[in-house]
Amino acid sequence: MKSKREIIELPKILPVRSRFRNTMAKYIIRRNSRCTSCGLCAELCPYEVHPRYDIYSRPIRPKDHKCLGFSCRENDFFCVKQCPEKALTLSLNPLLETLGDYRWTAEMLLGHWEMAETGDLPMVNLEYNLGNSGGGFDKIRFKLAHPKDYLDISDEKIDTSVQLNKRHDGRPNKTISIPCYGGGMSYGSTALAVMVGRARAAKRLNTFTCTGEGGYPLELLPYDDHVITQVATGLFGVREETLLFTPIIEFKYAQGAKPGLGGHLLGDKVTPEVAAMRETVVGNALFSPFPFHSVYSVEDHKKHVDWVKEINPRVLVSVKVSTPTDVDMVAVGSYYAGTHVVHLDGSYGGTGAAPDIAKKNIAMPIEYAIPKVHKFLMEEGVRDRVCLIASGGIRNAMDVAKAIALGADGAVIGTAELVAVECVRCGNCESGRGCARGIATTDPELGSMTTEEWVEQRIVNMYLAWRKQWCGLLRQYGLSSIRELVGRTDLLVHLDYLDEQERIKYRPAPREQLVI
Amino acid sequence: MPKKYHIPIKTAEPRFRPIGKYATIEFREDCAGSCKHCVKKTCIYGIFKENYEHFSTMDEPEYLYNCQSCFRCVQECTRGIFSRVIDPDYRTLGDHYWRPDVIHRLWYQAHTGKIPVSGAGYRGPFAGAGFDSMWTDMSEIVRPTRDGIHGREYINTCIEISRRLTPLTFNQDLTLASEVPKILEIPIPLLFKLPPNLILNKSILISAAKAAQTLGTMMFIQPEDYTEALLPYSENLIPSLTRHNFKDNVDLIHKSRVVELEYAPDIDESLLKIRELKPDVIIIAGVPLDTHQATRALKLAHTEIDTIHFYADECGQELNSQDPRFLKEMIREVHLVLVDHTIRQKINLVFSGGIAMAEHMAKAIICGADGVVVDNPLLIALECRLCYRCRDGLSCPVELEDAIDPEWGGQRIVNLMGAWHSQLIEVMGAMGMREARRLRGEIGRSMSFEALEMENFGPIFGERKVAGFR
Repeated sequence: MKSKREIIELPKILPVRSRFRNTMAKYIIRRNSRCTSCGLCAELCPYEVHPRYDIYSRPIRPKDHKCLGFSCRENDFFCVKQCPEKALTLSLNPLLETLGDYRWTAEMLLGHWEMAETGDLPMVNLEYNLGNSGGGFDKIRFKLAHPKDYLDISDEKIDTSVQLNKRHDGRPNKTISIPCYGGGMSYGSTALAVMVGRARAAKRLNTFTCTGEGGYPLELLPYDDHVITQVATGLFGVREETLLFTPIIEFKYAQGAKPGLGGHLLGDKVTPEVAAMRETVVGNALFSPFPFHSVYSVEDHKKHVDWVKEINPRVLVSVKVSTPTDVDMVAVGSYYAGTHVVHLDGSYGGTGAAPDIAKKNIAMPIEYAIPKVHKFLMEEGVRDRVCLIASGGIRNAMDVAKAIALGADGAVIGTAELVAVECVRCGNCESGRGCARGIATTDPELGSMTTEEWVEQRIVNMYLAWRKQWCGLLRQYGLSSIRELVGRTDLLVHLDYLDEQERIKYRPAPREQLVI
Repeated sequence: MPKKYHIPIKTAEPRFRPIGKYATIEFREDCAGSCKHCVKKTCIYGIFKENYEHFSTMDEPEYLYNCQSCFRCVQECTRGIFSRVIDPDYRTLGDHYWRPDVIHRLWYQAHTGKIPVSGAGYRGPFAGAGFDSMWTDMSEIVRPTRDGIHGREYINTCIEISRRLTPLTFNQDLTLASEVPKILEIPIPLLFKLPPNLILNKSILISAAKAAQTLGTMMFIQPEDYTEALLPYSENLIPSLTRHNFKDNVDLIHKSRVVELEYAPDIDESLLKIRELKPDVIIIAGVPLDTHQATRALKLAHTEIDTIHFYADECGQELNSQDPRFLKEMIREVHLVLVDHTIRQKINLVFSGGIAMAEHMAKAIICGADGVVVDNPLLIALECRLCYRCRDGLSCPVELEDAIDPEWGGQRIVNLMGAWHSQLIEVMGAMGMREARRLRGEIGRSMSFEALEMENFGPIFGERKVAGFR
């Protein structure tokens, strides 16, 4: 097995800076007026916190986000101690209290910005693997591995690919190189540069992105092998040709954040371009119905699947459903209707606009749905003939790995991709001009804050940093492919199910009380 | 077509600047002064407008009610001197149960009448105590009533206050043999009761009564608060009487469609006497949730009572108990004991205490209530900050002790309840439920934390060793 392992070629990491002048950081390092600009700190710090250029001798504001913080005290190069003028001070940044929430903590946001910037894991001690939600993924840990299981191979030799077509039905055998693809975000909900940038990243990473429900802008055509066409209940922008462009068609029955409610694009975001694409009226709010009006049974669903298979003979079909109590039945029904990918969207997933009551209360979190469906498909004897993809509240690389160990084949990522392009999760995607940070907006001025290239490289960087985490994890357990991790619940523990003496061996769940 | 139930929503601006979540910090000694690129001028939400137009008076931090947290000011200030903290006043809003974010959202709904909608995913804890340990279900494919936003007007949220007769009997010629008592319905599953231990004055009472009238629901009221000014709303008021004082309030009984009677072991006797005074009056029994609720419910169900109003404390906790349970568990207990004795159909149950959000209304009904009684949110709609200064005899920061305009106050409450009604319809639509009455006790349309953990994590992780949530 260990012989003849292929070397996987990975896209290139390039450093991509933040678009903003001031980065947000865990620590603040301040320089006061005692500074004589001697340049010692710049010489000492290996992390380039203190920039200095040959042609400019005055002190420049430190790059806080590179600073290791208090753990640097041990080092010889600790600038605060070494400064001859005692001009430097180090403190925790009080701003962090106002950033993030229970699910995406401030440190998780900072960590992902750093990954998107460098393509590497942050040097600063940030908790980017665990949120503060007190349940689900935040209480699940990977078991401590036995050192003798360690597999000493390089990242390039570890397989992180996922096979999407397991039906052996003569349709193409699509494989994605990372166990993730991009979630549907429609033309109209995000800026075009973000949409195209995501598609470019998907191409570089050999994975997919999804159009969402809002049509297929022709700017995506150069990347059409990596773009999923979504057919959602409003059928906005769905035309025969957009079904022919694509290697995968995704039927969106429901969205985890607002199951049972249908999509919603507020009138402000329906610009002339968006309206033209969706064949609607400028400035009018657009609601997608719920459910598909032509689908009231699994037979109706099969008819839909058959239609698109007939229209596009090479296409694979994915079915996106949310997580009601009978999600296992829905999944198995979808399989028998002929779907290749069953995509479960859990209730804590992202959205461009949803009632808060729906986001919090309707349907179950994805952590419960994955093992439920995996087990049921196993019992039905069809688990190895369907690709199970999870999404909705999967925030980081370790969440992806935990989802896979719980029984999924891979994950769909939405929010984290936006965080890579500097989303702060302020939640104002939906109203007025849309996102103030130029991500989820159709406003021409705000939309020009990003470029395709910048978005592309930030997302590529983040996934490559994630890949390093997955490889590190797989090596520990002696696994050489992420496919071997599927359903390995024996590698997981849940802190609330452990005895006290066992529990203290694991990193405790963060549990600060936040003000939300 | 029959007339549809419609709640008249109209923006009602707050009288006082509400407490926002954030405040700014500026290290002004480093400020460039008249910077052309000052982030306060470029804020896309324009929240600093007042401030930069009066630049010279900037002597204290600004409290930002409208800040949308985009962090662009923090990240774009040319000197990097701009930062934010959580407004210390925001932290002091309410208490452990009536949290600042709950109050803040209630203000928003009272102001606009809209459902709180936002982008990005859920941001709170995974699960929590009380109502936060259950999720409502949805039906993946079959949805009889819902077509996007259309069709929602066909979702019926009526409940009955009057007792039901079961079973009906028929004559030989199939005409009705039973004498059916008068039916009294309210169009939304909630009633009002102003909290007695916060500020309560004439203009607040009129505001709430006005709102009850507009919504078609009813409000509990103490006889001593029932003044002349409230007479125009008598159809919508429920005087809360006791076995001692009902004889002194015969005129109120005559004016009212419904009266509440405080529970007492000999409640039957007072009940009969009230019915003698006004035979068709509907009687609600007021019962504390004090560990004896189940036996009392059973006893009352066998009397001529129409509805039972159970009340917990203001945080939804059991009264007079060493180990108080939460409202959710008590609703289950009462509902199930009546179901077990096959008498649940006859009687209506409404619950009060700790109903703080629209989802609590939906979840209380799922647990087995017919409706809920809203208390603190009525005052929060009138900008109350739940600072409890009034309990210490101190002045109210939003001057509720002075007269407020009942037009405005009524509209604020209507807005809040209108937003709750829309949210109830959202979750019912997702569940595929067409009637609030059919949601009652439909525990199958919900999922509980304990059951999901046991069913899905149990086979993987074994036995749960930790109780609680965090």
